[in-house]
Amino acid sequence: MSEKIPVTVLTGYLGAGKTTLLNRILTEDHGKKFAVIVNEFGEAGIDGDLIVGADEEIFEMNNGCICCTVRGDLIRILDGLMKRKGKFDAIIVETTGLADPAPVAQTFFVDQDVGDATRLDAVVTVTDAKWLKDRLKDAPEAKNQIAFADVIVLNKTDLVTAEELADVEAAIRAINPYAKLHKAERANVDIAALLDRKAFDLDRILDIEPDFLEAGHHHHHAEDVRSISLTIPGDVDPEKFMPWINDLTQIQGPNILRSKGILAFKNEPRRFVFQGVHMILDGDLQRDWKDGETRESRLVFIGRNLNENELRKGFEACAA
Amino acid sequence: MTTMTPPVSLREHVTPITAETHVVAVHWLKQGLVLALADGRVLRWRDGALIDSVEAHAGGILCATGDGERLITGGDDGRVVATGFEGEPVEIAKDPKRRWVDAITLSPSGNLAWNTGKSVQARDEKGRVRTLDAASTPQGLVFAPKGYRLAIAQMNGVSLWYPNTEAKPEFLEWKGSHLDVAWSPDGRFVVSSMQENALHGWKLGDKPGHMRMTGYPAKPRSLSWSHDGLWLASSGADGAIVWPFQGDGPQGKAPRECGVRHARVTRVAFHPGALVLAIGYDDGCILMVRLTDGSELLVRPALRGSGISAFAWDKAGKRLAFGAEDGAAGVLVLPS
Repeated sequence: MSEKIPVTVLTGYLGAGKTTLLNRILTEDHGKKFAVIVNEFGEAGIDGDLIVGADEEIFEMNNGCICCTVRGDLIRILDGLMKRKGKFDAIIVETTGLADPAPVAQTFFVDQDVGDATRLDAVVTVTDAKWLKDRLKDAPEAKNQIAFADVIVLNKTDLVTAEELADVEAAIRAINPYAKLHKAERANVDIAALLDRKAFDLDRILDIEPDFLEAGHHHHHAEDVRSISLTIPGDVDPEKFMPWINDLTQIQGPNILRSKGILAFKNEPRRFVFQGVHMILDGDLQRDWKDGETRESRLVFIGRNLNENELRKGFEACAA
Repeated sequence: MTTMTPPVSLREHVTPITAETHVVAVHWLKQGLVLALADGRVLRWRDGALIDSVEAHAGGILCATGDGERLITGGDDGRVVATGFEGEPVEIAKDPKRRWVDAITLSPSGNLAWNTGKSVQARDEKGRVRTLDAASTPQGLVFAPKGYRLAIAQMNGVSLWYPNTEAKPEFLEWKGSHLDVAWSPDGRFVVSSMQENALHGWKLGDKPGHMRMTGYPAKPRSLSWSHDGLWLASSGADGAIVWPFQGDGPQGKAPRECGVRHARVTRVAFHPGALVLAIGYDDGCILMVRLTDGSELLVRPALRGSGISAFAWDKAGKRLAFGAEDGAAGVLVLPS
């Protein structure tokens, strides 16, 4: 089989600068050809080779999993695009400003034909330095998009003061400290920082340290969407951990937006890594623990209304 | 077939065609074969040689249907185009918003239907077009074997629409996303393929009923009725899955599995006059299987990256055309 085509999902609240960024990606001289799936076809004024209009038609899979929603239109469009392999190197899916990124992401894990031909590279969220803080108060979609992101473009930094910028950055970090954050004016971010991230590739989950910046780190515990990091300074018992994480994501799946983990299993020389979107988990044994590397087990959840104490107790009970 | 011992392989009876790019459909016209390609071109082929190629769509061809006179294609340029064996392609319709046309169907009497966005257009043989706005994107389309009635596969079921009436379409409900749809030649059954790797069938008429045909490892995207209408062959497994439609249909009965190999079936096509099934696989292999005794003939050996994407028997059942995702194609002429 030939190499899977990478797909970048571009989200962002209305007016954040998504279309400007998309146009920059398409017009910049990087020698790559894109197929772009947009939601407001013909209205956005996008230049490019292969532009496809989409309807954002979301449906629930018939597998008894209530948060397992996928984008039916995307499955159809990708099937059509795959007949024209070789005409493009990568695919960009732009979502509407109000879209939840989860159904888009889940499409790549749930539909086998899509998963065989393409791979989800990263979720890139464009945010607006001036208005984001207001949106976090009144638009749950904006919060979801930040929580879900692998890469965040903090745009329009020229429209705010240094204090305001630090403040909005802290608000982002309170929700999602793990995404790579790039500041930009008029979406002038290095395109290479957005593409080919392999954010969902298990082999690339090397560490799950927060991407903190030198700026002060405020705590915003009032946020309903936030991240929780848990560590066991040693091995876990896979016989306990696997049923626990499965049950947890089955029951709390709707609230857990993203999850990641690197674990040391008892009597296992290799690291176990996993990543998840709501209820869908993808995990595997990866490379060996290196000499001098501390064998520890870490989990990260980003979600809504998560009970940190309960999660901690549950995880600690899996210790070997 | 005949009483002579069948050859193990029919390879030497295949004439190759180089189409160069993904073959979306192959179709027999009275004068010869046409191939609809993913780059928007239509190739015309006769008596072992390519005649020419014409650009039917500016972008790509997504779906195709046709009769003896013309191939009718839908494309990612939002157009519906008819191409005959000679002359330039003729535009039948164009979506002002250039939305994809990725489902199209033609009835024996010349009624045509296609999708754009969330609507279906039906055009009768006199050229009058009616539009149905659907609640969800129409995917597969097929006309009833008799009468001007269209089945539309959608989210959570299949709509049956009489385009010439104002009546709301009848909705055959079944939860899930329905992709392709087939109507049995006797008109009694409607069968859809589903996102959940299954077929779902409805028995129409006085005693309606559901039929669940599950267990596929992949989506069964290719469906073909036998000439007598008693069998429905499907892709999506490591062999062709053939369901019996005698009496009340396949509910509670086991399907036949034909041509089981270590590969996935991508296309199936029943012979137009015999219980012989052409089976194409994702590894490029083509087998011909006789349903009565399961005997197999090799038409094309496996070829990496050359999964079968299109099949068409000619009307007389003497020639089988095929196309593949890498642009390979060919015609098998059955030895007489």
